[in-house]
Amino acid sequence: MKVDLAVLGAGPAGANAALAAAGHGLSVAVIDENAAAGGQVWRAPAPSVTRDDADARDGAALREKLRISTVEHLDSATAWLIARDDAWRVDVARHGRSETVTADALVIATGAHERVMPFPGWTLPGVIGLAAATILLKANGVLPGQRTVVAGCGPLLSLVAASILKAGGTVAAVVDLASRAEWLGALPALAARPDLLARGALWRARIAAARVPVFHRHTVIRAEGTERLGAVRLGRVDAEGRLVPGAPEVAIAADALAIGHGLVPDTAATRLLRLRHRYDAASGWVAARDGTLAGSVARLWLAGEVGGIGGAAVAALQGRLAGLAAAQALGRSAAAAEAAQLQAGIARAGRAAAAMSWMMRPRPAMAGGITPETIVCRCEDVPRAAIEAAIAAGARDLNQVKQWTRCGMGPCQGRMCGEAAASLLAPHVGGRENVAPWTGRPPLRPVSADDLLGDFDYADIPIPAPAPP
Amino acid sequence: MTNADRFDCAVIGAGVMGASVALPLARAGMRVALVDRGPICREASGVNAGTLTMQMTRAALIPYALKAWELWMDTPRWLGLSVGAEQRDGLSVAFTEAEVAILEARAAARRAAGAPITLVDGARAREIEPGLSERALRVGHCPVDGFASAYLTGRAFRVALEGAGVALREGVAVTGVERVRGGWQVRVADGEPLMATRVVLAGGVWLEDMAGWFGIRLPIKVLINQLAVTERMPPVMQSVLGIASGLLSLKQYPNGTVLIGGGWQGRGGRHDGRGDAFVPEALIGNIRLAAFVLPALRRARIVRAWLGLEAETADALPVLGPLPGVEDGWIIGSVHSGYTSGPFMGALLADAILGRPLALPLFPIDRLLAQKDAA
Repeated sequence: MKVDLAVLGAGPAGANAALAAAGHGLSVAVIDENAAAGGQVWRAPAPSVTRDDADARDGAALREKLRISTVEHLDSATAWLIARDDAWRVDVARHGRSETVTADALVIATGAHERVMPFPGWTLPGVIGLAAATILLKANGVLPGQRTVVAGCGPLLSLVAASILKAGGTVAAVVDLASRAEWLGALPALAARPDLLARGALWRARIAAARVPVFHRHTVIRAEGTERLGAVRLGRVDAEGRLVPGAPEVAIAADALAIGHGLVPDTAATRLLRLRHRYDAASGWVAARDGTLAGSVARLWLAGEVGGIGGAAVAALQGRLAGLAAAQALGRSAAAAEAAQLQAGIARAGRAAAAMSWMMRPRPAMAGGITPETIVCRCEDVPRAAIEAAIAAGARDLNQVKQWTRCGMGPCQGRMCGEAAASLLAPHVGGRENVAPWTGRPPLRPVSADDLLGDFDYADIPIPAPAPP
Repeated sequence: MTNADRFDCAVIGAGVMGASVALPLARAGMRVALVDRGPICREASGVNAGTLTMQMTRAALIPYALKAWELWMDTPRWLGLSVGAEQRDGLSVAFTEAEVAILEARAAARRAAGAPITLVDGARAREIEPGLSERALRVGHCPVDGFASAYLTGRAFRVALEGAGVALREGVAVTGVERVRGGWQVRVADGEPLMATRVVLAGGVWLEDMAGWFGIRLPIKVLINQLAVTERMPPVMQSVLGIASGLLSLKQYPNGTVLIGGGWQGRGGRHDGRGDAFVPEALIGNIRLAAFVLPALRRARIVRAWLGLEAETADALPVLGPLPGVEDGWIIGSVHSGYTSGPFMGALLADAILGRPLALPLFPIDRLLAQKDAA
């Protein structure tokens, strides 16, 4: 398939980039692994689920716009390799075969994934991610458990707790790394987003009405249970996420724990392309982009959270801006007025987004709660002690830690363990900003051999000339 | 400059070749510096397919590879740590009459050089490897085969090198070497130069640049090998599988992952870095070939692919010996399937430097020199 613009990701950023570019006359293909557009925040609910909230309406509107547009939506697709020759080339595994999309311009809008800093017991059945819980609730209408502890940091805490209550579930406790004062300090930044303020207030009111205990400046020390989760043990922390010595612990009976420590930009594609990245205190390592969202190579734009955690509203505006920039770069009529309007909108929404991403930031001392025997890399069963041993043996970058321990070599490709491994290495190299992320490798997601290979016989395999005798 | 700052030998390049030279020199009492612009064993030595096979090793190198194979299987004894080396049956498969002819010729040459290779039919081969394709016509079988986990190489050597007192300088880029009174000054990018009586070049694909420091033109061809690995899967094979022409290397590690290699080429060069020039058709072709040889691989999921550089001289035989016309200068590397033979070749060069008797001959580079400029 040959198009003017290929877009990676059909979330708020990617779908809007595709729509804006198509609206200015570009032929566009948007590639996404999900069956329907919307990404995580605007995820399409399962047919059996009826919802009527702002995210559901925004998502439905987006899907309708895409449906009636000229955008080619490659859904249920795994973009497994991106390369650049004269044009961009994206190899896509879809419906049991691999096809190639070539494009003159590329927008990467791959969003973010969840950060869960490990703690003893985090691999027990019953423990799930906070963002994962939002998907369970809004896309599938499923509660995480009978009695759920909601823990971590950032605005997802209230969202998940309130959603569980609304769906008729029980929240045993909300456990927040942040203090009440930190939340109050973030309020002025939300002034430009009365919609967010109102939603937050509604969530909190629902939590208060259900008399759910809220533990500020607390963290989960341990998830307890044998076959599955039975209780969650909490402890007090300081502003950096360090356990306060001697403070009393609290045990709360629960059969589910939804826990998350913010979001991590999914830079698998930008790292594979060897783009420039930078370290940001709130978002961690992000792909670098300029004011027009252009990445560090020509004809490439970065929209949404791949360049910094900012939420769905900012991502949608950035998507439109990137789509316009691509259209302009490919010679379509410039829409300077709309671009300026979008820039202003991003700046307005950006203040609230920055405040929320700051509430979700990783606390520097959180890795201190990982005991030596706690599994850090779940795919390859690598405990903290093995990572510390590799560091003691001389590993000083994340790639060497990976080679010497297999941490990050499994099917999650380092998404689940990368943040923890980097936090463990950080004190040995002068800080988290000195721990560059893992080198990007294809496939961008694990891809089944069957989907890549198609039907063939021996004679169809283009075996090169033999090696020297 | 005090005597304490002066090394008896500076080895430039901390891959398997450089590390294998530095270690015996230090154990023989020399003060050795091992310098690399990156971390130890993180280019070809850490990312190759870990194949320890005779059937893809050039016939002239079989005696070296056999000795190195013993060393790889035994690293806990001489390095102190395992590199995950395992002995396995090696099978090299022919599917067409043309490949049978290649197989017979290659097996005969390697058998003459000492590799215990026999030819069997497909039915016998499937007794050794039940998952093998029904289409196999003729198969070379060698019990001296196996694999290491290449990514553990640096860790194992690092422990041994530190134990032997080698000054390991990682992240130090050498920019040139100059003759000074009584030895060599090794210039580095950011820092004080090293002083050494002898210098060993062990820079893999970058040997061409390094030889240039001495006015020696040594053309080195760069291969860009694509590799891929599956996620863990139930046991699907026990042997190491290849095909007669050499374009496949397939093995399943005890952790369940299956490594797919064979030297299908990506694009790039020694100055491009690696990892950004995949040829998707070659990756798919390589995996197709793997799934043809071992049909169970169609069920696999590919979790990662990468590129590794491999160096080769004009005649695909090593550079291993003195730098011609350069006093106290030595060079090692650029061997097709050099990882397999590396530990023995390094020890051999160390013997030459120490003036000890040699178990096997060196490969002096005079044969390869395009011309020699006035230095």
